[in-house]
Parts: sequence; C-alpha cells; structure tokens
Amino acid sequence: MDVLTDNFSLYAEGFLGTVELTVYASALALVLGFLMASFRVAPVGSLRVFGTVWVTVLRNTPLTLLFFAVMLGLPRFGLVLPFELFAVLALGCYTSAFICEVLRSGINTVPRGQGEAARSLGMSFTQSLGTVVLPQAFRTVIPPIGSTLIALAKNSAIAGAFSVTELLGTYKTLSELGYNIVWTFVWIAVGYLIITLTISVLFNVLEKRWGVAR
Amino acid sequence: MTDSTALYDIPGPQARRRHLLYGVASTVVILALVGWILYLLFDNDQFTSTKWSPFLYKGIQELLLEGLGNTLKAFAYASVLSLALGAVLATGRLSDHRALRWISTLLVEFFRAMPVLVMIFFIFVALKVQALPALVAGLTLYNGSVLAEVFRTGIHAVARGQGEAAYALGMRKTQVMTYVLVPQAVRAMLPAIISQLVVALKDTSLGFLITYEEFLQAGKLIASNLDYDLPFIPVVLVISPIYIGMCMLLSWFATWVARRERRSPKTKAVDVAPAEPQTLLPGPQ
Repeated sequence: MDVLTDNFSLYAEGFLGTVELTVYASALALVLGFLMASFRVAPVGSLRVFGTVWVTVLRNTPLTLLFFAVMLGLPRFGLVLPFELFAVLALGCYTSAFICEVLRSGINTVPRGQGEAARSLGMSFTQSLGTVVLPQAFRTVIPPIGSTLIALAKNSAIAGAFSVTELLGTYKTLSELGYNIVWTFVWIAVGYLIITLTISVLFNVLEKRWGVAR
Repeated sequence: MTDSTALYDIPGPQARRRHLLYGVASTVVILALVGWILYLLFDNDQFTSTKWSPFLYKGIQELLLEGLGNTLKAFAYASVLSLALGAVLATGRLSDHRALRWISTLLVEFFRAMPVLVMIFFIFVALKVQALPALVAGLTLYNGSVLAEVFRTGIHAVARGQGEAAYALGMRKTQVMTYVLVPQAVRAMLPAIISQLVVALKDTSLGFLITYEEFLQAGKLIASNLDYDLPFIPVVLVISPIYIGMCMLLSWFATWVARRERRSPKTKAVDVAPAEPQTLLPGPQ
C-alpha cells in the first residue's frame, strides 16, 4: 500500500501518460481507419489496392517492430519529434488497420437492398450514405471498435519500453527506489484495469444506447 | 466487389470514365509518395555498399538466423502451451461446478484485460525468471485466456439440438462434449484459433524488450555496429519483410482454412468463425 501512497504523483503521471497516449492514438486510428475503409470500398482500383496493402501489411506487423522502426528510424531522416508523438504515430497507424477492417465489415453487414431502396427514392450518394447506410453500419461496429480501442490501450504499454512516460514505465523508477516490486506491479495492473474497464463500460453504454440487434 | 455493396450502383459508362480518371490521378499520387520515400532513402545514403555489406558475412547471417530460430522457438512453446491452457480454462468456464466456473472466469477476464507486456515484465523482473520462460509464460497466460473464450464461443455456437440430442441418447456430459460438441466447435473455430496464433507470433517480438535474443534483438546488434556505418535502415528493410511475411503466411493459412471449413459438410450445425482474432469486449457479456 505504501508504494502507491508514497509515489502517488509518479503513478498519476504514468497513468495520465497512458490515458493521453490512448486518447490521441485512438483519435488518429479512427480517422486513418475511416479513411482507409473508404479507400477499400471505393470504386477506384488504385485506392482499393492502397487500402488493402496498408491493412495487410500493418495487421501483420509486430507492434514492437513498428515502434523500433519509427522511434529509431525516423530520426535518421532528420525528423526529430518528441517520443510521445512517435508513439502516437506508431500506435495510431497500427490500430487504424484494425479499425479499417471493423468499419469495412460493418458496411458489408448493411443489406444491399437498403442502399438500392435509398437510391430508388431519389437520394443522392451523400444522402444515402449519410442517412441510410452509415447509421446502420455504425450500430453494428460499436462493440468491435470498443475491443480494438481496448487493445490499443493495452498496446500502449510497449511505448513505455521506448522511454515514453506511461504507466508500465514507472516500475523502473520504483524498483530503483527500492520499493517492493510485486506491489509496484499490482498498482500498475490496477491502473490498466481501470483504463480498460472504463473503455469497456463506455462502449457497453454506447451499445445499449444505439446498438440494435438485427 | 462493386456489386456486393449497398454503397453505390453498378457504375455506368460515364461514371466508369470518371473512376478511371480518379484511378489515374490517385496512382500518380501514390507513386509520387513511394518515389519520394525512395528518394529520401537514397538521399540519406541508406543504399551505400558499406551499410549493406554486413549481410554478406556468414557470422551476421548466422546471427540473424539464430535470432529467427529463437523467435520461432518462443512461438512454438507459447502456442502449444496456450492451446493447452485455453482448453483447461474453457473446460473450467463450461463446468457444472460453480466454484470452478468462477475461478476460471476470474482468471480469463483478468489476463485478458492486462497488457501482455505487463505480465511479461512482472514475470521477468519481479519473479526473476530467464527471458525465454518469462516471454513464453506471458504469452501463454494472455493467449491462453483469449483462446479459452474462443473455445467457449465455439461450443456455444454449435446448434442447440446437437447437444440436446446427445443428452437424449443418454450420453454423459463428458461424452456429449468429446463426441459431439468439441469436434464441431474446433472445426468452426479453427480459423479464429490460427488467427490468435498470429497474434502470439507477432507478440514474440516483445521478447526484444526483455533482451531475449530473438530476431529483432539480432537486428539491433547489427544496426548498432559502427564498422558498417550504423546500418539501421538496411536492417529494418531486411527484418520487416521476413517478420511480416511469416505472419502473413499464417494469416492466409487461417483464411484458407476458413474457406475450406465453410464448404465442409461437417460444419452444417455451426457457423464457421471468420479468420480474424476474436474481438470480445472484456467484462460481462
């Protein structure tokens, strides 16, 4: 118990670091994932190929390798950014591939007749997409997006090993200070549980509010 | 592709011409992007012979191969053990005894909610275990819990009549499970199981962070060699295709299995899972 009360500020800093990483990377992943999903369903061949390559490569890349390449590789091109930004970039790009697949399969669950009916009513592409197809797709993708973002929060632990301030990284300082290592890890685990369970609860609420069984 | 979506109609001649135009324009943009990256690499002297010469030496090739071997070794141990752990935990969760069910639910939920890296570091740092056992144990705990959920979902996915019919014939629970439910569930979940093994293969690279001498670690050793002018980019360019290729092969295998199982008459009473890792929200479903 002492470990937490004595080093509350250290833990809080790490906790906020993880939360920050998760929030920014999630935003990047959602935007990029949406972009890639729209590429993958576009009627333009080259965009489809680009989206497919992006997803296939990133989904099969070990995240550690991606961190390794981004954190240590990009500075060699004169691109020197704070480590946090590199971590957000790596995490966001990696997760965007998963988000893209979730969104794409969400769009594919909307029956073809829905789009056809919308068009036969004289709706334009934007209208049929915005008022008929996407709202239905959105309802089906809530739970898988939630679990993808939980995976992102958990993956952010890797950033700590690349000298970004976050929750897992606090163990180093604490073990140097001579605190009981088991208790140090217990509180780190509690921190991660708080984050993942919060996301889980949030998405369960969203699901209750908007999710529709079809 | 175009005729299987609710997004737009099959394009007519005018739309096709417009799409062709977009296609050409986006191809140009993408090629320009690739060209720019290649130019940056050349401009940065990443393709000089000094930086690529280390790969000619036998010692360095052996170092890389050894790293690859260690990666595969960790993967083999982790996948076998996590399949076993998954089976045990799934049995626990499907048990008729409430205490067993609670314990295994608690374990599964806890290990699924924890980052793998935290478990690996805990085992490595706090329990002072060697790197390989620590990596394997961490991967086993995480993937085993996820696989337990996969197995359980598979059992529940088998049509209810199958189990009921078996009970009606007077089979015991063990018999119903081993003769009726598990064979169908495993067939249905095989794609998801293989996809989870892809996750395990990718996560073996976490061994890098606890200084296990795996593939990435071997790459780092070469990359930090001053004699070859710190060949970091060449190392990444050599290592990543191999890593990504291995994972891709396994993913394609999962997709192939999924297609094959879907055609098989033996999966009539159960829906075959798609070839991707199961994504269930942790917590009560």
